[in-house]
Amino acid sequence: MENGMFTVHHTIGSVLCCKCGIPMQPNAANMCVKCLSSENNITEGLLKRLELKHCPECDSYLQPPRNWEILNGVILEQSYPVEYIQRDQMCEHCSRIQANPDQWVAAVQLRQHVSHRRTFFYLEQLILKHDAAASAIRIKETDQGIDFFFSNRSHAVKFVEFLGKVAPVKYRHDKQLVSHDPKSNNYNYKYTFSVEISPICREDLICLPSKVAVSLGNLGPLVICTKVSNNIALLDPFTLRHCFLDADQYWRASFKSLLTSRQLVEYIVLDVEVNHSAEVTIAGTKYVLAEAQVARVSDFGKNDTIFSIKTHLGHLLSPGDYALGYDLYGANTNDIEMDKYRGLVLPEAVLVKKSYEEKRQKKRSKPRSWKLKSLAMEVEDKGRFEQDKKTSEYEQFLKDIEENPELRFNISLYRNKEYQPSEMASVTDGEEVPSVPLDELLADLDLSEDEDGDEDEDMEE
Amino acid sequence: MATRLQFENNCEVGVFSKLTNAYCLVAIGGSENFYSVFESELADVIPVIKTSIGGTRIIGRLCAGNKNGLLVPHTTTDQELQHLRNCLPDQVVVQRIDERLSALGNCIACNDHVALTHTDLDRETEELIADVLGVEVFRQTIAGNILVGSYCAFSNRGGLVHPHTSIEDLDELSTLLQVPLVAGTVNRGSEVIAAGMTVNDWTAFCGSDTTATELSVIESVFKLREAQPTAIVDEMRKSLIDSYV
Repeated sequence: MENGMFTVHHTIGSVLCCKCGIPMQPNAANMCVKCLSSENNITEGLLKRLELKHCPECDSYLQPPRNWEILNGVILEQSYPVEYIQRDQMCEHCSRIQANPDQWVAAVQLRQHVSHRRTFFYLEQLILKHDAAASAIRIKETDQGIDFFFSNRSHAVKFVEFLGKVAPVKYRHDKQLVSHDPKSNNYNYKYTFSVEISPICREDLICLPSKVAVSLGNLGPLVICTKVSNNIALLDPFTLRHCFLDADQYWRASFKSLLTSRQLVEYIVLDVEVNHSAEVTIAGTKYVLAEAQVARVSDFGKNDTIFSIKTHLGHLLSPGDYALGYDLYGANTNDIEMDKYRGLVLPEAVLVKKSYEEKRQKKRSKPRSWKLKSLAMEVEDKGRFEQDKKTSEYEQFLKDIEENPELRFNISLYRNKEYQPSEMASVTDGEEVPSVPLDELLADLDLSEDEDGDEDEDMEE
Repeated sequence: MATRLQFENNCEVGVFSKLTNAYCLVAIGGSENFYSVFESELADVIPVIKTSIGGTRIIGRLCAGNKNGLLVPHTTTDQELQHLRNCLPDQVVVQRIDERLSALGNCIACNDHVALTHTDLDRETEELIADVLGVEVFRQTIAGNILVGSYCAFSNRGGLVHPHTSIEDLDELSTLLQVPLVAGTVNRGSEVIAAGMTVNDWTAFCGSDTTATELSVIESVFKLREAQPTAIVDEMRKSLIDSYV
C-alpha cells in the first residue's frame, strides 16, 4: 500500500522476440538487443580511415567542403577501430590574416569634441566591464577619441549599439569598395562608423538656448549637468528642477557647455543657511536648497570679496568647508545663446561639488586599495606636456570614482594586492576622505595554480 | 492457417478488411490482388464482399461484427448500408449506430460470445452491441490503452494482445473471454495487433512484414494448424520462409 492507495501489482510478462523467437521482456521495438543491433549498424558508413585537415593557427578542423569548425572530439558508441590522420593546413581565415595582419573590415571612430579625456577613461572601464570590445582586432587612441577596428561588420554594429546604450551618441556609417568579383558578384567593402559623443559632461555648467529651455518647461537657462549615461540629466541649481534629455532630443537641438570642469575654482564656505522646505531627491541623490556666503580661496585673507549665492548643496556644506564651483563673476563667457537672453541676471558663482582637496593633501601619495584594469590600446607617442596632462586627468578621474558611488556602479574595481592598510589611527578629525569600501572590490580572479589567494568574488553594490 | 499479404503495399491488413466466421469485408483497392487472396482462401465457405464505409477504405477499423451481426458507424451512407444488407447472409443483422466514438473497430473487439469495449462507450451502444451481436459486453483496457479494438484480436479459439500486457491483466482478460491469450506482436514488432492482422476460427491474414516467429505464435494461439501431420509439415515450411523472392 503506498500513500493509502491500493495499486495492483503488475508483473510484466515475456514475449517472443519477433525476429529470433527467444523470450524477452517487451520493449519499444519488441526485438531482442541482438536483433536490434544486427539490424541497425550504427557504424555503417563510417570510414575506417580518414584524413582530417587541421589549422595550426586557430586550432579548427575542416568540415568539407568549406566549413571550419572547432570539434572537441568524436564519441563512438560501438567500439570500432578507426584511423584518423591529422594533416595541417591553414584555414582561409587564418591565411587571410597572415597575408595582411592589419586588415580590418569595419572601423568605429569614436570622438568627443572636448578638451579632456574623462569620458574616454570612463568608457574604457565600461567597455571592459561589458566585454564589448572583445572582438576588436585593434584599438587605437587618437587625438579626440578612440578608433576600434573589427574584422566583421556585425561586430562593429554590435559595438555601436552598445555605445548608444551607454552614452548620448549620434553616428553615421559609410562604406568603401575594396574589391569586386564580377563573376560571382562578390563585393568586399570596408565599413566605417563615425560615432560622436555629445560634448556635455558631468559637472558642466550649461546655458540652455532659449528654444530648448522653453521646450523643457522654462528650465532656468543656467543648468548643471549631473549625470550622463544614454540620457543627459540636467539640474537647475536655483530651483532644484531637473530634466532628462535623451540622445535624440539632444542632437536635434545640440548645445555646448558654457564652462567645463577645467574651469572649476575653489571656494571656501563662510556661512550656510539651509532652506529645509526645499529638499529634493533625484535619482537617488539628495539636494537641499540653501543660501551660502562664500569667498574664493584666492581672495580669502587677501581681500573682502564675498559672494552671497544660492546653492543646491545645502546638505553637504557647512561653514569652513571647501567647495568647487564656477566663477561667473570673474569669467568672460563668449556664448551666442546667452547673449540672446534679454535681462538675464547671472549669479556670481555656482557651486558644483564639495572639495576634499585639503584632506587629500594630508594623505598625499598614499596608494589606493583598489585598482582599475585598462584596454590594450595603441597610443601615439606625444610630447611630455601631453603625457603630464593625461596623467593628471587620470588622477582626477580616480578621485571622481572615489567620491561618487553611482559612478562606481558601472565599473569593476579590483583589489590592489600591493596595498597594505597602514595604521591610520590618527587621521580622524571628523570627516574622512571618501574612499571605496572594501566590499565593493572584486578580487582579481587568478587562475594560476600556485596562488592560494582569495578567489571569492565579492558582489558589487 | 495464416496467410501473409499486403494492401497496396501496406502491411496493415486489419485496417482494410474485416473477417468473421460468417462473412468477410474487404476494401476496394486499386488492383484486385488483395481481394483475390481473400477469395482464394474463403470463396467456397463464406461471402467476401467489397465495400467502403462512409466513402473510406479503412473499413476494418470502422465497423465491428461477428457471425450474428455487423455494426457500422453513423458515417455509413445509405447506399453502403443497402449494399451490405444485400450482400450479407440473412441471419447477419446490419445495424447503423449513432455513437460519438465512430471508429467502432477500434473501440470494440469481439468474437461470437464476448465483446470488450472502450470504457467511454454510451450505455445505448452497449445495449445495442449485446442485442445485435448477441454477446456479453465488458468494458476493459488493454495494457493501459482504452482502444481495446486496436490492441487485441481474438476469435473463439484464442487471442493475441498488446505485448506490454502484464501477467495479471492477461489472466483477468483470459477469464473474461474464456479463451487462451498470449501477448505478442505482429508485422515485425508492431503493437497494434488488430490493425496488423485479421482472424476467424480457422484462418488468419497478417501483414507481410510479420516474421516467422510471430506467425508461429499466431498459429499456435489461434489453433489454426490442422490435425494432419503432413499438413503441419507443409505449414511449418510455409511459415519458415521469410520472404518470397
